[in-house]
Amino acid sequence: MTEARILPAAAQPRLMRWSVVLPALAAVACALVLPQFANAYVTEVATTALLYVVLCLGLNIVVGYAGLLDLGYAAFFAVGAYTSGILTAEFGLNFWLTIPVAMAAACVAGIIIGAPTLRLRSDYLAIVTLGFGEIVRIIARNLDITGGASGLIGIERPEIFGFKLMQVQHFYYAFLVLALLTAFVCLSVERSRMGRAWFYVRYDEDAAAGIGINRVSAKLQAYMMGAVIASVAGCLYAAKMTAISPESFTFNQSLLILLGVVLGGMGRIPGVVLGAILVALLPEVLRGAGTYRPLVTAVALLAIMLFRPNGLWPDKRV
Amino acid sequence: MTLDLVIQQLVNGLIVGSFYALIALGYSMVFGVIKLLNFAHGDIYMNGAFVGLVVFSFVGIWVGNGWLGVVCALLVSMLAVGLLGVVIERFAYRPMRNAPRLSILITALGASMVLNGTALALTGGKHYAFNTDLGFAGVDISTVHITYTQMVLVAASISLMAGMQAFVSRTMYGKAMRAVSIDMGASRLMGIDVDRVIALTFFMGSALAAGGGVMAGAYYGSVHFFMGFIMGLKAFTAAVIGGIGSVPGAMLGGLLLGLLEAFGSSLPFVGSEWRDVFVFGTLILFLVFKPTGILGRSVVERV
Repeated sequence: MTEARILPAAAQPRLMRWSVVLPALAAVACALVLPQFANAYVTEVATTALLYVVLCLGLNIVVGYAGLLDLGYAAFFAVGAYTSGILTAEFGLNFWLTIPVAMAAACVAGIIIGAPTLRLRSDYLAIVTLGFGEIVRIIARNLDITGGASGLIGIERPEIFGFKLMQVQHFYYAFLVLALLTAFVCLSVERSRMGRAWFYVRYDEDAAAGIGINRVSAKLQAYMMGAVIASVAGCLYAAKMTAISPESFTFNQSLLILLGVVLGGMGRIPGVVLGAILVALLPEVLRGAGTYRPLVTAVALLAIMLFRPNGLWPDKRV
Repeated sequence: MTLDLVIQQLVNGLIVGSFYALIALGYSMVFGVIKLLNFAHGDIYMNGAFVGLVVFSFVGIWVGNGWLGVVCALLVSMLAVGLLGVVIERFAYRPMRNAPRLSILITALGASMVLNGTALALTGGKHYAFNTDLGFAGVDISTVHITYTQMVLVAASISLMAGMQAFVSRTMYGKAMRAVSIDMGASRLMGIDVDRVIALTFFMGSALAAGGGVMAGAYYGSVHFFMGFIMGLKAFTAAVIGGIGSVPGAMLGGLLLGLLEAFGSSLPFVGSEWRDVFVFGTLILFLVFKPTGILGRSVVERV
C-alpha cells in the first residue's frame, strides 16, 4: 500500500447514494426509538456513546481530515465544560447563552496553542497538545473559580421552552441532536473548499502549498473547528453531570477519544461513529478488569496501527 | 532571595536538570536518526526505575542498601532497558518506517501506553519505596548542606553524557549514526547497516533514560508507574530548548530547564503548584521565537 489513503475530493462519489443514505437513516431511526425500549442503564451507556460520537467526530476533523495528531483534545472539552459550568453556577447565566461564550473560549485556546505550533513539524503539535491537556487540568485544579481539586458543583440544568432537561432520556435526546448536528457539519465541511484543502494538506503538504493552499491557516481552521465541537460537547456534559472535576479531563480521556477515531477508521464518518460507540462500551465490557484496563486499551491501539492501520471499517473506495 | 536560597536552588536545579538531560539525550538521538518523536521514552525511563528497583531489592540481600547495590541496579537496568528499547523498535517502529507520519506517531503513542499499562497492571498503581542507605555526609556551603550523593549523581550523569558525546563524535558507529541522521538512503548505499545503527541508537537512548530512572528513583526514594509521563514532557522541552537532534544541545537544554524550574518555582507568583505550567510556557515561547533551540542550527554535528 502506498502513502496515500485519502483520494482527492474529485475522486469521491456523490453525497447522495441510497446504499449510504438508507442504512444511515435506519441507524438514526433506531437511535430515536432506543430509550422507549431500553432501561435506564442502557440509556445511560447510550448517552455516553453519543457523547463520544460527538467528541470523536470533532477530533476526526483534526486527525482524520487534516492529519494532525492532537493528544490533548480533552482540554477543549474541559474548556467548554468549565466555561459553561462557571457561567451558570457562579454567575447565573442561562445555559444556552453560555454555549457561544464557550465556543469563543475554545477558539482563543485553539489559537494560543495552534498558531505557534502548526507552523512547525506536526510532531511538535502532538507533544504540545499533550502538555496543553495537562496544563488545563492543572489550572482547573489550582484556581478558586473552578472549584479546585474537588471541582465545580451546582451547575444548572438547561431549560428549553419552559421544559427542563432532567432525566437520562432527556439528555439522551439532547446528545442525539448534538451528534446529528455534528455529523451534518462534518459531512458538509468534508466536501467544502476547506475540507478539500485539508485533504490536500494531509495528502502532500508541499504540493498543497504549491497549488496555493495556505497550509498553516488550513491546519489552524481544522484545529479550531475540532476545538469548538469539543467545547459544545463540554457544555452539554457539564449540564448533564451538574458537577465536574479536573479528573474528568485527564490524558486518558484524550486517549480514549483518539482511540475511537483510530479504531473505526480515520477520516470517515461511519467508521468514527462505530469507533466512538466501541470506546464507550469498553469500560462496561472491562468492568472486572481493574488495573488491566489501560493495558487492554493500549494493546488495542497498537494492534490496530500495526495490523489494520485503516481501522475496523475502512474506506473501500481507496 | 538570599544567597543561601540561590545556592540551594542551584543544587536542586542541577540535579533535576541532569535527569532531564539524560532523558532528553535519548529523545534527541532517536529524533535525529529516524525523525520520530518517541513517545515511549518517558515510559522507558519509568521502566528503568522499576527494573532498577527490582535488581536493587535482590542484590540488596547480599550487598546491602549502599552504593554497590545502586551501581549494580544502574548497570543491570541500563542493559535490560536498552534491550527493551531495541525490542520496541524492532516490533513496533520498524514495520511502520515507511508509513505516513500520523500512523507512526500513533504507533509510538501505542507503544508508550503498552509500557505504561503493563507497569500499572503489574504494580497495581502503588508507589514503591526505593530505600537506599547512602548516608548524608557532605559539604556545607554557608548554611546549605550538599551531600556526596548529590555530587556523585550530577557527576555520574555528566560522565554518561560525555561518554555518549565521545561515542558519537569519535567512533565508527557514531559516525554511522551521524550519517544515517543526515541521509538514510545514501547511508545504505554506502554500505552502512542502517537497521543496526537504528537499533544501536535505541539501545543507547533507552539505556541513558534507564540510568536516569534508577538515579531519580534512588534519589527521591520512590518509584511510580506514572513518573514517566511528566518527565517525558519535560525532557522533550529540554531537547527543544537545546535544539532537538543535537547531543550537546540536549545536555545544555536539560541543565538549563532544571535551573529555570528551580528558580522559577521560587518566584513568588509561580510557586510549586504552577511549576509545570511555567515549564510548558517556556516550551511554547521557544517554539514561537526559536524553534531550532539554542544549539540547533549552529551545530553541524547532528545525531
